[in-house]
Amino acid sequence: MTQAIHRLGVDIGGTFTDVVLEVGDELFSTKVLTTYTAPEDAIIDGMHQVLKKAGLAPSAIGQIIHGTTLATNALIERRGAKTALITTEGFRDVIEMRTESRFEQYDLNLELPEPLLPRQSRLTLTERVNASGEVLCALDEAEIETVADTIAQAGYESVAVGLLHSYANPVHENMIRDVLTKRLPHVMVSLSSEVSPQMREYERFNTVVANAYIKPLMKSYLGRLEGRLKNEGVSCSIFLMHSGGGIISLESAADFPVRLVESGPAGGAVFAANIASKYGLDKVLSFDMGGTTAKICLIKNQTPKTSRVFEVARTYRFKKGSGMPISIPVIDMVEIGAGGGSLAHVDGMNQIRVGPESAGSEPGPACYGRGGDRPAVTDADLVLGKLDPDNFAGGSIQLHKDESGKALTTVIGDTLSMDQQTAAFGLAEVVDENMANAARVHAVENGEDLSEYTMIAFGGAAPLHAGRLCEKLSIDRLLVPPGAGVGSAIGFLRAPFSFEANRSVYMRLSDFDPSLITKLLGELQSEAISFVRSCDAESEILSEFKVYMRYSGQGWEIPVELSAAQVANPQVDVFQSRFEEDYTALFGRTVDGMDIEITVWAVNATTPAHAVQRVASESGSSEARVHGQRTMFDPAQSREVDAAIVLRNEMATGQTVQGPAAITEDETTIILPSSRRAVRQPDGCIDVLVGK
Amino acid sequence: MNTISNVSNQVMWNRLISVVEEQAQALVRTAFSTSVREAGDLSAGVYDTEGRMLAQAVTGTPGHVNAMADAVAHFIRRIGRENILEGDVYITNDPWEGTGHLHDITVVSPSFLNAELVGFFGCTAHIVDIGGRGFGADANSVYEEGLYIPIMKFANQGVVDKTLVNIVRGNVREPDQLVGDIYALATCNEIGHRRLIDMMQEFGLSQLDGIAEFILENSRRATIEKIAALPQKSATGEMTIDGYSHPVDLRVKLFIEKDHMLCDFEGTSGLDKKGINVPLVYTKAYACYALKCAVAPEIPNNAASLEPFRIVAPENSIVNALHPAPVALRHVIGHMIPDTVYAALDKLLPATVPAEGAGCLCNFQVSVRPRTDEPAPEGTVRSEVLTFNSGGAGARPQYDGLNATAFPSGVMTMPVEATENVGPVLIWRKELRPDSGGAGQFRGGLGQYMEVGVVEGHEFDFQAMFDRVDHPARGRQGGHNGGSTTIAQDDGTAMKGKGKQFVPHGRKVMLAFPGGAGYGDPKQRDPDMVKRDLARGYISASVAKQDYGLSDAEIQSVEDAVQRGENI
Repeated sequence: MTQAIHRLGVDIGGTFTDVVLEVGDELFSTKVLTTYTAPEDAIIDGMHQVLKKAGLAPSAIGQIIHGTTLATNALIERRGAKTALITTEGFRDVIEMRTESRFEQYDLNLELPEPLLPRQSRLTLTERVNASGEVLCALDEAEIETVADTIAQAGYESVAVGLLHSYANPVHENMIRDVLTKRLPHVMVSLSSEVSPQMREYERFNTVVANAYIKPLMKSYLGRLEGRLKNEGVSCSIFLMHSGGGIISLESAADFPVRLVESGPAGGAVFAANIASKYGLDKVLSFDMGGTTAKICLIKNQTPKTSRVFEVARTYRFKKGSGMPISIPVIDMVEIGAGGGSLAHVDGMNQIRVGPESAGSEPGPACYGRGGDRPAVTDADLVLGKLDPDNFAGGSIQLHKDESGKALTTVIGDTLSMDQQTAAFGLAEVVDENMANAARVHAVENGEDLSEYTMIAFGGAAPLHAGRLCEKLSIDRLLVPPGAGVGSAIGFLRAPFSFEANRSVYMRLSDFDPSLITKLLGELQSEAISFVRSCDAESEILSEFKVYMRYSGQGWEIPVELSAAQVANPQVDVFQSRFEEDYTALFGRTVDGMDIEITVWAVNATTPAHAVQRVASESGSSEARVHGQRTMFDPAQSREVDAAIVLRNEMATGQTVQGPAAITEDETTIILPSSRRAVRQPDGCIDVLVGK
Repeated sequence: MNTISNVSNQVMWNRLISVVEEQAQALVRTAFSTSVREAGDLSAGVYDTEGRMLAQAVTGTPGHVNAMADAVAHFIRRIGRENILEGDVYITNDPWEGTGHLHDITVVSPSFLNAELVGFFGCTAHIVDIGGRGFGADANSVYEEGLYIPIMKFANQGVVDKTLVNIVRGNVREPDQLVGDIYALATCNEIGHRRLIDMMQEFGLSQLDGIAEFILENSRRATIEKIAALPQKSATGEMTIDGYSHPVDLRVKLFIEKDHMLCDFEGTSGLDKKGINVPLVYTKAYACYALKCAVAPEIPNNAASLEPFRIVAPENSIVNALHPAPVALRHVIGHMIPDTVYAALDKLLPATVPAEGAGCLCNFQVSVRPRTDEPAPEGTVRSEVLTFNSGGAGARPQYDGLNATAFPSGVMTMPVEATENVGPVLIWRKELRPDSGGAGQFRGGLGQYMEVGVVEGHEFDFQAMFDRVDHPARGRQGGHNGGSTTIAQDDGTAMKGKGKQFVPHGRKVMLAFPGGAGYGDPKQRDPDMVKRDLARGYISASVAKQDYGLSDAEIQSVEDAVQRGENI
């Protein structure tokens, strides 16, 4: 891929649409309000703004990379098309029966989320394939015709097909598509064996239903966007960021729109991964904290960790199980309800609780002075001296410390006999502890020790909390990159073209079949490569091989990466030792005497990562200029300290600041605890290290 | 109170809860038994040196709630303090000192910091097989139900007892799985231990006494405040269920006092001859769970928050079975205890608790083997497959009952595709059962249909563990009863709700699991909700007409709208 062209990154978020134009080494960015009814309007508006800043015409844009929360929002707000599901007789209610359990054990009035499609939109056919893919009961074409009539009569626009064990043999799903395309050419069809060929019917059916549900909407939006851009004089190709952290063609995105879910946060992880490459860091924890949530992701060897399944649209305090599972390749992120606007209260056990309820922008935290009377994280930050009331958001919002204090006292202090400051300290410690716990649990689940990690923090609230989080997690180094407010959009520009193809096929190592493996991985590889090739006709394409393995009888597979050489000539002892290596790293020991099996095979085809210029780290030459002092509470020492105030845009490369300090900029403030010092690096990153 | 240390205590309490959740998560990921890894039938907790539980993971089963809270004290007593050494791992499946039947393995590990004992970690998992007659109700005493492991050391100062491992291996049907699960339990305690030590070092603690007092004191006070706000009265509740060979009467008298609640099961039926008896520890768990849901749902489980919920029952009643009563299927009766307690609580706290539901999980185990009536074809195998399924939950005072969702148990079902990958079983049907939810202003949750067979060339024993065949869930405040359980072979051959039954080659078992009962008069139901239920097929046209009073014209218009694809 050539770097000479001008590229535009566009991220449609819930509140803002971020647009970044990259011209050589220079970035021009803007934020405009998302225009819900016609999201392309905000893009055009933002595009013209950055073009104007750069002094360029629309025709100068050589490539557009787009990520959007529209797919996620359509699922959350149930704004999809009129959709039907065709499934195996006897299994009509799989997406409604879920796991047959309650995600909250002690709530007698618990309500489960409704399935995307009501029961009358779920149609069945007599057919059956078994776990090994053999047809037990053949599908009758005449029966499909009858179902097609029902679909036509009811006027469904989109159809999801999810049959039992179709990951093992898609023959019946293909038959259904053939009949439907012939009979109902205007109805869009999604097959579970293509959208998510993985074992476990609830996840697979739900994924194909989600795909079908948002397909008409996304297809129409992408078509409109393409047309509008052409009218504005943009002639280049448009690509889409997918949830796995790579980019795909507009056509692939329109066919598999479910792969666009969570593409914005994926861009953030790619952004952090790119910084990791610049600094040659192999173990990075990305930490993105905004107004309502915080997201945490592990990035190893400059690659964000991925997963095969995740949950969208959680309905109950971000609780696991309260959303719907989507099984697609996705960057593995932990999201918790902790942001600057998260509200605190004291529960019956005299424990301070923070989030996930958020103050939003209206009335906002108490300090906004717009009638908010419950303390938010931002209120605690203000009382603890982490924020300057006169210079919040570049001075555009005047903060009222007395209002924060009042809310903290009323809600926390009076109940727990704490003064205002201790209440703020308690609130901040609880939210930081919640985030630290999420990071710890995520690390343990992945067999990682965070004390070997570097944190990369971005998003409006992250720099205020990252220093304390590093203390809690024994992380010695923290990088706060510039442009952190539009991190996802910048991340889009750093993402490679990539596509992961995967399939569930059982194989025990005792029945190891090298020729089947070669064939299977070969098929997956060509499938994945063809997606990437459709985006980029020339570039080299790399293939990454991953198999999911476990001891026979276990239910949880672990991903095991294999090299091209290990795959070219598959050997059973190599597969076994690779599994045992990774299993030991995760769980501390292997289990003797158990057979090992492979459940899922995956090939990721990707263009090489963008070349990065390694940053020659500065260790610090001179002190940055200090603009006065303010009193700040240091949680590690549980006392007030005098903190230096430094302006970020005044810090020259190599200049240092010793904590306690606040490094301020328009968008946010980096809080430097007493235990840390900061150095400005040549690329504008603030490098926060332990020590004096 | 020093307010800064108050902040530290807040952080540490959070941390301990996170530690046990993480411990449970590790178990889900490493366990071999389907019941643990797919269904979440496990629990994990952290204890102080006295054996008082400080935090417990919220997992799929309330059945371990009090059982786990009591277990560690038994371990300390049996092992003896002087024999508790660094690197030790203890084990038991004692139904009376563990969690109610031999199929639950409990593992406890002491936690040491600087050579001093600072606490314990414990965890429990339901394993698929423990030998004996297999998982079912058919035993006449606990001796027939499988291998019994008294409280003993699994590892002594880090060295695993190979003799014990050999005895275990020699007595169970799936030795690799079981031993794998024991190791998984030990590993999960180890993970908890490491995180606890990290926390203690971070906060400069040498023992847990301070934080233990903070947690227990706040929990006790909060729980008692909740109870003190209730009317100090008493009421009785009763419910009759199928039992094994004859119906079982469950009776409870509930007393709300100033600082505690007491359930007395005086008047409940005596022991059954077969393995559906319940050790008191399991009765306590479900009675206490029911009360906590209604009275203090948000207070985390620990020694102090559980203490004010007191449960007693006459010895050798079916809810306080003593050794050597058979107890393998103690969950069937155990899961009915909350509905019994709610029958009493409803009289004291109106409009709070749900109508009766399916109650016990609709579990069954299939023992598949090559056919014996004729020569079996090549490739046929023996296999044990256990599945967890749910009927409908009872309607609530303000909401419909949940369809095919477990209550009081919280375990998950296994995906059919996963089950069929485990052994040569074929599930031909698993879907909602229309008209099984009791009619009411709020409708009971629907039960479900299942059809179960095996792969060509096999025959099987079907181990049934169902109730509510003769005693459906009863409605509240004018709500109707839920649908009853039915079970038969596909050729009409009758089958029983409990016990191991042979199913010959080529036959399937046809199951209909019970629905939850309704709440309030069905005629008061919002007509739009009746129409919605009809459109979705939750109810048939005849029920819409008879129970809810929909006219023929209204029914026709709903059916037409469905044909036109309109959402109702």
